[in-house]
Amino acid sequence: MLSRQKLRIAAFSTAVIAFAATSGGALAQKKYDTGATDTEIKLGNIMPYSGPASAYGVIGKIEDAYFKMINEQGGINGRKINFISYDDSYSPPKAVEQARKLVESDEVLLLFGPLGTPSNSAIQKYANSKKVPQLFVATGATKFGDYKDFPWTMGWQPPYQSEGRIYAKYLLKEKPDAKVAIMYQNDDFGKDLLKGLKDGLGDKAASMIVAEESYEVSEPTIDSHIVKLKSSGADVYFSMTTPKFSAQSIKKVAEIGWKPMYFQSNVGASVGSVLQPAGFENAQGILSAAYAKDGADSQWDNDEGMKKFYAFLAKYAPEANKADGSVVFGYGQAQTMVQVLKQAGDDLTRENVMKQAASLKDFTPDTLLPGVKINTSATDFYPVEQLQMMRFKDQKWELFGPVISGDVGG
Amino acid sequence: MSTVQEVVTEAPAIEAVPKKAMTLGYGTSLAVLALLILVPLFVKNFIIFQLTMLLIYALAVMALNILTGGSGQFSLGQSAFYAVGAYTSAILMEHGNINYALTLPVSGIVCFGFGYLFGKPALRLSGVYLALATFALATAMPQLLKLGVFEPWTGGVQGLVVTKPDAPSFVSSIWSVFSGRAMSQDMWLYYFTLAVSIGIYVASVNLLRSRSGRAFMAIRDNEIAASAMGVDVALYKTLAFGVSAGITGVAGALGAIAVQFVAPDSYTITLAISLFLGMVVGGVGWLPGSIVGSAFIIFVPNIAEGISKGLSGAVFGILLFVVIFLVPHGARQVAVIAQQLIGKLRKS
Amino acid sequence: MELFTNQVLAGIATGAIYACMALAVVMIYQAIDHLNFAQGEMAMFSTFIAWQLMQWGVPYWGAFLLTLAFSFAGGIAIERLLFKPLAKAPILTNVAGFIALYAIINSFAGLIWDFTIKQFPTPFGSSPFLGSQLISTHQAGMIGVTMILLVLLFFFFRFTRIGLAMRAAAAMPESARLVGINTSWMIALGWGMAAAIGSIAGMMIAPVVFLEPNMMLGVLIYGFAAAVLGGLTSPFGAVVGGFLVGIFENLAGTYIPGIGNELKLPIALALIIVVLVVKPAGLFGRPIVKRV
Repeated sequence: MLSRQKLRIAAFSTAVIAFAATSGGALAQKKYDTGATDTEIKLGNIMPYSGPASAYGVIGKIEDAYFKMINEQGGINGRKINFISYDDSYSPPKAVEQARKLVESDEVLLLFGPLGTPSNSAIQKYANSKKVPQLFVATGATKFGDYKDFPWTMGWQPPYQSEGRIYAKYLLKEKPDAKVAIMYQNDDFGKDLLKGLKDGLGDKAASMIVAEESYEVSEPTIDSHIVKLKSSGADVYFSMTTPKFSAQSIKKVAEIGWKPMYFQSNVGASVGSVLQPAGFENAQGILSAAYAKDGADSQWDNDEGMKKFYAFLAKYAPEANKADGSVVFGYGQAQTMVQVLKQAGDDLTRENVMKQAASLKDFTPDTLLPGVKINTSATDFYPVEQLQMMRFKDQKWELFGPVISGDVGG
Repeated sequence: MSTVQEVVTEAPAIEAVPKKAMTLGYGTSLAVLALLILVPLFVKNFIIFQLTMLLIYALAVMALNILTGGSGQFSLGQSAFYAVGAYTSAILMEHGNINYALTLPVSGIVCFGFGYLFGKPALRLSGVYLALATFALATAMPQLLKLGVFEPWTGGVQGLVVTKPDAPSFVSSIWSVFSGRAMSQDMWLYYFTLAVSIGIYVASVNLLRSRSGRAFMAIRDNEIAASAMGVDVALYKTLAFGVSAGITGVAGALGAIAVQFVAPDSYTITLAISLFLGMVVGGVGWLPGSIVGSAFIIFVPNIAEGISKGLSGAVFGILLFVVIFLVPHGARQVAVIAQQLIGKLRKS
Repeated sequence: MELFTNQVLAGIATGAIYACMALAVVMIYQAIDHLNFAQGEMAMFSTFIAWQLMQWGVPYWGAFLLTLAFSFAGGIAIERLLFKPLAKAPILTNVAGFIALYAIINSFAGLIWDFTIKQFPTPFGSSPFLGSQLISTHQAGMIGVTMILLVLLFFFFRFTRIGLAMRAAAAMPESARLVGINTSWMIALGWGMAAAIGSIAGMMIAPVVFLEPNMMLGVLIYGFAAAVLGGLTSPFGAVVGGFLVGIFENLAGTYIPGIGNELKLPIALALIIVVLVVKPAGLFGRPIVKRV
């Protein structure tokens, strides 16, 4: 009898303890989707390590190095990052194959920073139907912030269209009677930037723009386009170009003695990898807009954030070229990813990761310009949206004016 | 310049392959077929997708093989036909709401016409000149697809997203009786592609065995002798271009459906070069080698990247050199060696 | 009219690039009887060697000569190591070999020197030439260098024993062997010379297009087109072809309304094909008669 009673009490108390344990544990319960465990978080990434866009492969290498550093510092909430990066040679069909391999075979938690508009367009539908986050894609195409139709896809850098709008705003204020000549790359990047500019100029676009020329990346030089643009008699020139062509353009414009008000797209405004090869003497007075600090610009030598960046490069990626804009880019992107995973805590479900990515508040990666902050919400899938105008003088960019947000309507 | 004309006895660019040697024996064919049917039952969807791509590229490689191995004409412009097929299918599906299966013959016919027309001026060109002309076509294609005038249909630089088809309900229900689960889109598409591929393969084999096939090969081996024998060289050469382009177009259409996306960047000269490499690795003129060549262009880059990310291009190049050093005639050579070995074993 | 003259002058300036590359294409064609797809990459790699030497403090002309020597030796080494074993393999297998070589060189250059663009110096300066802002002294210098190369090549192939032997070895290997020409080494020598000419082209082109691993990608297409247009057997034709392509392309881009600008390369290529259909051996090439 007694023993039986004792037994019952014991049973009851174990039940209570067990209940307490479960209910108490519920607060700190760990929730996982595929790709996350107590010790590891698997991130998948796709980069053009080979092929025509291999220049960008360095982004993947820097991100890998960044996660290595995070892992050596103890990981994120005790979990190590396992960064799996595959090559798609900038070919959309290959990107689909690699994305499926990452999700279905390597079983990653999410796709982080796949590069290029074509590749991301190709995998967007797949990622969204599988409900796998496609986070911080490495392209500024405006369509990657469409939270309504693609709630699992988010961009990172400022959309090219907002950059175009910012130039338009500046131009309308400074030179409303300008005659504009435009050179753009015939792909999504060039066309998006062009659209932003035209939208920004509004009704005046038709009367202000006197000449437009597009070029293909396969062209060896764009010199002859520039000759043609000059003959249009324009006094404002937009170079919506990627680094190699930006440098050619700056050099050629100077050579033929054309002195327009010169706007250079942010992609091709790197001090070390564009302006220096093009010749600093040719680049004086050029206008551009930026959201990140330039790795080769001496004005940031004593900047706290950039000191961390340089220290990281020295230790984890000594072979990387700090003048390369892609290096700065990879660092900032990886840092944002780490922030999201930190915020997600022990709830590493895909849904929560996406929710955290959409609730970044005033986050400032080391490499962004002072005043530029990352903010996202359930209805704002454009993390970096602000830019600041700048003018090149001597050997540095001089920032001026306020940090502007180039609002792209939805 | 001098008026002296050089007289050259040119070695034929393509070795003569007897028509029987262009195909496989019945036993081997059945074994390969059984493998192609059974493997997808045991692997993940992702692998099934890769296998689908394997079949699609094999079709495209085979199409080039009919042109080069069959009629002796060389093309670096197959990516253009592949692109036209893919876009035709994508536009019909997305703008015309036409069933995916019905778009395939349309793509095939459109590309046949395109190839036939392209073959006309190409008649006057041979060797490196034809290579340049086809190369020009391949570089021009992405630019044409981006062209502003076509943008309402092609989606311009942004491309078009294509909806992936579900398995038809009767297939799906039969399948679920046997396996207890619904048939995945990937699996359905694989078997669909397999059926189309087998159909085209059998038709191609018969074509090469037919009168036209003999005409192709006569032209390949010696154009002047062929015309002396009464073969209409111009007709058969353009026909070979048309057939090759048509098959490539079907492959492109299947590719668009499998990848669910078409964009100018998918169909650059790199694709044409890959298809060419597939043909060389598979063995020029040996149709079954196409699938080996296709496997090479899909899987070897993955292997290369696994060895070194920074040098994946170099590793790929080195692997390619290894293959062409060991077997300069591609998989065909392996097959011949294997056949001889089996023959020896049987005798002893 | 001013636009027309400007576009023609700009076309000549760009055409100089194509002409320079086309010479290298003709050189290899004379030696091995087909086109080498890796030629642009070989030129790019040589140019990087020159750049590296200058970074280490070697003066321009010193680096120039060292690079020539390196390229010549490198071309021969590539032939001996990689393509001699393929001599008996089918032609298409050789073409696959060129593609493999392309991938290898491009990938190594990217790893060693990364993909950021580098400035490459010019010995001719870049001020306006003869008062015209459209052609710089560098471009004029490049045209001069191309002309000198052209004359040298012409005499080499026409009047030197070794040049004649090389042509014979490429065009009729069997007969050449019968008259005692070491055809195998002729091919190697051809590779060496083509690599050396390619390196000159690379060093002339780099100041205009900037040095980076993919710099020759577009140039090579135009180089092929120019060589084929002019006639693959004629160095003179190749140079003329280069200038014609440059001018063609600009005029198509300027005067064909609507699509001209977006499609200037395809239009230029289509024109070349039209020329080939009319004159299958190119403008200045000798027609080849086949013996049946």
